[in-house]
Amino acid sequence: MEYNFNFAAVWRDFDLLMAGLGLGLILAVVSIAIGCLIGLLAAFGMLSRNRILRFASTAYVSAIRNTPILVLILFTFFALPQLGIRFGKIESFIITLSVYSGAYLTEVFRAGLIALPSGIREAGLSIGLTEFRTKLYLIVPVMFRNVLPSLSNNFISLFKDTSLAAAIAVPELTFYARKINVETFRVIETWLVASLLYVVACYIIAAILRRVETRLANPG
Amino acid sequence: MSAPVLEITNLHKRFGDLEVLKGIDLTMHKGDVVSLIGSSGSGKTTLLRCVNLLEQYEDGVVSISGEQIGYTIKNGKRILLPEKQIARQRAMTGMAFQHFNLFPHMTAIRNVMLGLVKTRGMDKDQAHSTAEQWLQRVGMHERRNHFPGQLSGGQQQRVAIARAIAMNPQLMLFDEVTSALDPELVNEVLSVVRDLANDGMTMLLVTHEMQFAHDVSSKIIFMQDGTIGEEGPPEQLFRHPKSERLAEFLKSSKF
Amino acid sequence: MELLQASQAIWGARWPIVEGIGNTLFISMISILVGTILGVMVGLLLTYGNKFVRFFVRVYSDFLRGTPVFVLILACFYILSVIGIQLTAIQAGIFALTLFCSSHVGEIVRGALQAIPRGQTEAAKSVGLTFRTTFFSVLLPQALRQILPTWVNTATEIVKASTLLSIIGVVELLLSVQQVISRTYLSLELYFFAGLMFFLINFTIEKIGRFVERKVAIPT
Repeated sequence: MEYNFNFAAVWRDFDLLMAGLGLGLILAVVSIAIGCLIGLLAAFGMLSRNRILRFASTAYVSAIRNTPILVLILFTFFALPQLGIRFGKIESFIITLSVYSGAYLTEVFRAGLIALPSGIREAGLSIGLTEFRTKLYLIVPVMFRNVLPSLSNNFISLFKDTSLAAAIAVPELTFYARKINVETFRVIETWLVASLLYVVACYIIAAILRRVETRLANPG
Repeated sequence: MSAPVLEITNLHKRFGDLEVLKGIDLTMHKGDVVSLIGSSGSGKTTLLRCVNLLEQYEDGVVSISGEQIGYTIKNGKRILLPEKQIARQRAMTGMAFQHFNLFPHMTAIRNVMLGLVKTRGMDKDQAHSTAEQWLQRVGMHERRNHFPGQLSGGQQQRVAIARAIAMNPQLMLFDEVTSALDPELVNEVLSVVRDLANDGMTMLLVTHEMQFAHDVSSKIIFMQDGTIGEEGPPEQLFRHPKSERLAEFLKSSKF
Repeated sequence: MELLQASQAIWGARWPIVEGIGNTLFISMISILVGTILGVMVGLLLTYGNKFVRFFVRVYSDFLRGTPVFVLILACFYILSVIGIQLTAIQAGIFALTLFCSSHVGEIVRGALQAIPRGQTEAAKSVGLTFRTTFFSVLLPQALRQILPTWVNTATEIVKASTLLSIIGVVELLLSVQQVISRTYLSLELYFFAGLMFFLINFTIEKIGRFVERKVAIPT
């Protein structure tokens, strides 16, 4: 094996990689925020007494979880325009990732809701809150704090999934890595730096989220 | 006279900075039943676990039937024996645990057979009939095909005792075998242990059941702070404790 | 009607698509199989290895889990050829998925082994079993039962991740369908079809997993 390492070419474009990393983070943050909303609704749907709601939520979760995310990304970007539904590539990707994460978060929230003691709901109703306000002010906040660790894990895997935005030419980290790879042929250096950036970013995110978890955890 | 079944000399054991056994000497002959009593943290269980080599210790010699177990002296240095040897020596003693520790994925009879097949090298049929015999002895023959999860605590403990004793150990070790049981299940286990004692099994027990210890033991050892505080026949120890500590301990255990 | 057209297009390309499905299954099965065997070793080393071994295996596992699968696939595809290991795209892809699988299975196995109470090992020791026998007769059977649901989940993740091989030119299910799209422009129907096929594959895996779970469950 004869290979002379030369990181200079990669360093020259390091700011591109960092910009890509930043965009990936933004995509992940926006998507998990929307995904949380979808997930909450679907979780309540799964636990509702209404048969149709239950079926619809279950079908959504099962369909999305069993379909490769790449197929979903391509479907949203290339197929939906056939129905006249057209988005820019970034919007398209965010929509896909939100719907995708929503399915996983539904499971997380559903488990969280089931684990809540029924006393919370009864307490809310007994002080005169409506069913909806009990959910909004009591059940959701308490459940949310309980599921923070799973939420963190979901966020990190979502962040890694942003690498797939490269498939529709969204300029995030993997997109630039491929570009640098093709332009410089510094193959090992490029991919080593790219994966290290992901690993380090994941590590830092995990550390931050763990601090947030302890800060926000339900006392006791 | 043949070598004693168990001979412990000057056993020292520490966990980090804490010395939990400060030089224990104990000799047991065939048929002896010795109960270790004392408050928690006095080193009873650790002593038992050293005899089964579940704990390593810093100094002292433990011999079973004249064979020093666990360690050997090489070039004046004390070294741990290889794993195979230790495994063989562990099987010289049988151990019953406070929490039974049955293998949850095996039926009662498979639990008993595992050591017979893997350690004693019996074939399946032989192991099966030996296991059946011992399950019969502890009154668990009918439930031999039940999984641990399908048995009550007392039943699990009886199977665990059968598992240990089927290995035909020279010495049985009982580590608080009734402490994790509901009160109404204690007696079925104690009566199994009592039967074994009556049959002449050599046994070393850690127990909180004072009446039971009094009834089955040939000797009682009161452990205190990692040493033997007082020892003697049950009648003497329970009726005429010499030290204030033992008297107090007996009072608090409502003997 | 476009649906009819799409059906005809799929029927016309049935053999390439069947081949694509065959490739997807082949890629997934090899990766899962080899990845699981490697993963059990990773889990063992993480649990019982000495400090030195644990450190290196931990770095291996964390690095692989911190890197997005997509980046891993691209990195393997480009890097291996540069360092003189000539693999076809499908081989490089299988290699990447195997590494990915091994790190995930490794963590699952470590978790399962550490969750087994110490008393189990002690009881096995006390009837004279060596570590080897203890592992194969007592620990592994319990650990395998415990990891089964998560392992099945990982298996479906691998099937989904195998679609990423289409980007390095492996004609698996997704690419075989995309080739039909490039001729017919029926992206909506055909992406939907591709998604449906993956859904069916993963749904089947999940059902089989549930069935096996019930079969090997310990009666209580």
